[in-house]
Amino acid sequence: MSLQSARHPDPVDPIFRGLAFAAATTLLLTLGGLIVALMIGGWPAISKFGFGFLTSSTWNPVTEVYGAAGPIVGTLITAVLSLTIALPIAVCVSVFLTQYCPKQIAQPVSTAIELLAGIPSIVYGMWGLFVFAPWFARTVQLPILTSLDPESFWGKLLAGVPNGANIFTASIVLAIMILPYMSAVFRELFRSIPPQVREAAFGLGCTSYEVVGSVLIPYVKKGMIGVVMLGFGRALGETMAVTFIIGNSHRFPDSLFASGSTLASTIANEFNEASGVHLASLIALGLVLFLITFTVLAIARALLSSQRY
Amino acid sequence: MLTACSDKGAATAEGKDAPAAGDITGAGSTFFAPLGAKWAETYKDTTGVRLNYQSIGSGGGVRQIKVKTVDFGATDKPVKPADLDETGLLQFPIVMGGIVPIVNLPDVKSGQMNLTGPLLADIYMGKVKRWDDPAIRALNPGLKLPHLPITVIHRADGSGTTFLFSNYLAKVSPTWKEEVGAADALEWPAGLGGKGNEGVSAFVKQTLGAIGYVEFAVAARTGTAVANMRNHDGHMIAPSIEAFAAAAAGADWANAPGNQLLLLDQPGAQAWPITGTVFIVMHKTQDKPASGRAALTFFDWAYTNGDALATKMHYVPLPPEVKQMMRAQWSQITGPDGKPVYAPATPAPAVAASAASAQ
Amino acid sequence: MDRALRRKIANQAFVIICTGAALVALAALALIMFSLLTKGVGGVDLMLFTADTPAPDSPGGLRNAIIGSILMCGVAMMIAVVIGVLAGTWLAEIGGNTPYGHVVRFLNDVLLSAPSILIGLFVYWWVVVPMGGFSGWAGAIALGIIATPIVTRTTEDILNLQPNALREAGMALGASQWVTVRSIIWKAAGAGMLTGGLLGFARISGETAPLLFTALNNQFLSFDMSKPFASLPGAIYPFAMSPYETWNTLAWAGALLITLAVLGVNILGRWLARDKDHK
Repeated sequence: MSLQSARHPDPVDPIFRGLAFAAATTLLLTLGGLIVALMIGGWPAISKFGFGFLTSSTWNPVTEVYGAAGPIVGTLITAVLSLTIALPIAVCVSVFLTQYCPKQIAQPVSTAIELLAGIPSIVYGMWGLFVFAPWFARTVQLPILTSLDPESFWGKLLAGVPNGANIFTASIVLAIMILPYMSAVFRELFRSIPPQVREAAFGLGCTSYEVVGSVLIPYVKKGMIGVVMLGFGRALGETMAVTFIIGNSHRFPDSLFASGSTLASTIANEFNEASGVHLASLIALGLVLFLITFTVLAIARALLSSQRY
Repeated sequence: MLTACSDKGAATAEGKDAPAAGDITGAGSTFFAPLGAKWAETYKDTTGVRLNYQSIGSGGGVRQIKVKTVDFGATDKPVKPADLDETGLLQFPIVMGGIVPIVNLPDVKSGQMNLTGPLLADIYMGKVKRWDDPAIRALNPGLKLPHLPITVIHRADGSGTTFLFSNYLAKVSPTWKEEVGAADALEWPAGLGGKGNEGVSAFVKQTLGAIGYVEFAVAARTGTAVANMRNHDGHMIAPSIEAFAAAAAGADWANAPGNQLLLLDQPGAQAWPITGTVFIVMHKTQDKPASGRAALTFFDWAYTNGDALATKMHYVPLPPEVKQMMRAQWSQITGPDGKPVYAPATPAPAVAASAASAQ
Repeated sequence: MDRALRRKIANQAFVIICTGAALVALAALALIMFSLLTKGVGGVDLMLFTADTPAPDSPGGLRNAIIGSILMCGVAMMIAVVIGVLAGTWLAEIGGNTPYGHVVRFLNDVLLSAPSILIGLFVYWWVVVPMGGFSGWAGAIALGIIATPIVTRTTEDILNLQPNALREAGMALGASQWVTVRSIIWKAAGAGMLTGGLLGFARISGETAPLLFTALNNQFLSFDMSKPFASLPGAIYPFAMSPYETWNTLAWAGALLITLAVLGVNILGRWLARDKDHK
């Protein structure tokens, strides 16, 4: 801006600046329009059920009583589980790529892993339902069911229908989907650390494990938490892949291998058939999803304020 | 060539969507979609007219025809007569099909498992939990039933199939009616949901001890074991095109206001208890008479020429006298000028037949 | 000694775990690609590109879906590139440091990460309902809204990387801001901006959720975007869930096609970006 030249007025300049401003404002209006649409569309449900909409786990199209608690809990559980799976793997992958991997293969390997992020969600869903879920049921669930006492702690935690459609398999597929994104950004974070820091640590006689664990990770801790929140945000809103394999029941999941539902999967499943309060409740679910993702993003942005990923 | 040119000219004069003027657009029932596509293929080969049918679900189809974004809607759950009058719609049946329970048990093949409506309701409410439950044993004395938990599979998406299935259970089980109810989506007391008919049958196939309900056409395709049901007359029968047709035979279309009729738990020795109908929904007053005429021409063609294809795909054609009755009702569909947009090719016997069966 | 040994073992274990993690990630990619190839390659033939989606048990292809996807994504990218490049330029060159600029930048990041199904609801509410029906335009707008923040973000990032000397040179020659941006900055940042566009394109071409409520589908080849419109995801979804083998095969073939296209575009985008780095 300091570079603007007032001595050479160009008639196109104001038009250009106006158009650019208008384009930037379009983004603002889009987001505003999204919030307005979700609020107006969901209002009949919100006004009818009030705060109870958030706390009730009833989802009954017959009596027209709807509550979002089941899908909210399902959304949070799958997102947290998928992070729990993806986070350590993503850290290890990025450490491998920046510390141990020979330079010549680091680039192809990281490209290959990042390509996982490009596979469309619906393909993950098809693969999850027709390939992964049956395999999981056969090789993991059935042996567990036959060998564990159903009344024991583990038996209860791992109880469930042996067909691979549950919150755990959904979380694994979600983890595969957010892994490439997280490992890519972690890699950037590690690279942003000045080499002197690493060299100093090695100079003190640290093993590479200690360098990573005690020096590098603490150095980028804040940024890592931000990335974790962004990955969390992605997992929250993922629709198609989850819809295929989560089992789609609105009850509270009572074990790791129980079926559940998420906010996004419920909307995708029921939207085209719904009308009246049912439709409004689905849009209200969208509003809840938006508020949750918005909060998560806002926290992530605050933590990542210096760097943008 | 000449006619083609003049057709084009006329279409262009009618509106901006000229190339699509001869096309028919419809939306709704996912159950109707495969047959609709098959009919459309043959119809296009013989007449050149394209039927673009979007499978968005029965509720969606009714919603779309009400706002007139399509020429017709198709639905598995009939619209209520009051609703029809209020919105100026006419509905008529086009084809029928059956909903069948499918099971996955070791050594149990199609036609070996016997079930009743109330038992099915108890299973779907989670009251009967294992396959060797006395209630199931009593019906299946010859069958080796394992001590396996029953896994209930239902539809996850809103669906006309669920509407018919839950209405049937509500009809035969007072407890189900009281505790669960009937609609196109439910608060299921037990089990887990698959997306679409295929999602349900995929889950049943993958799960030992599972039970599900799907359209007969799907069950016949996927090779899952189909169970028998006890019908209204107390006979245990296997699902078949004949059994669905038997359920339809007793249907009293002539005395169904607005053609609202559910073929559930119908009397008849051979009648399958959970039989459904696909209804076509159209506006009585057509803003664009040409579109209404094109749609009715297609349905007349389907009534006359579509039975073989329908049967081949495990759908059930309507009885001839019902078709004639419906053809007669098409005169209610008029243009803005009040004149019927379409006159069926065989008007005289049609009216006579429908009048005869109406009495 | 004992402690040193422990440290050494821990370090070795860590190396093995990290390598293992990378192998797990690569295995996931390999497994998915393997499933796609084994299930989908049987459906890839000439007819896939020359015939429209068929009735069950009839031979057919995905021509209408492929062309529909290309058209909708094309329109979406036009929207995204026009708005995204302008907005990104505004953030980088004009108003990025004003309070309003910070707000816009934050909201763009929110849009960037907003669940795509919400974009579908948004377009359903503001386009499908007022226009009275599903249409190709509604689908293109939904996809455009998903791609725009990606283009905005990449444009801003790339422009910020351009040395200030370029801007000063433009000003020194007496060029206006418009001419400086157009002839110097955009030109210098061209490859990077193209990469952003390609990544946006890759992202939207596989999107399914927002199309369910906006474009719906069309089983014929159609160029009338005011009507329900075909797309590859829109065809794959019901076909994958159907009991008909011919439809299932088409669904896997379509999934393979769309994945290869997305991966191809991704690799192309990366290659362009790397080319730029080396210069």
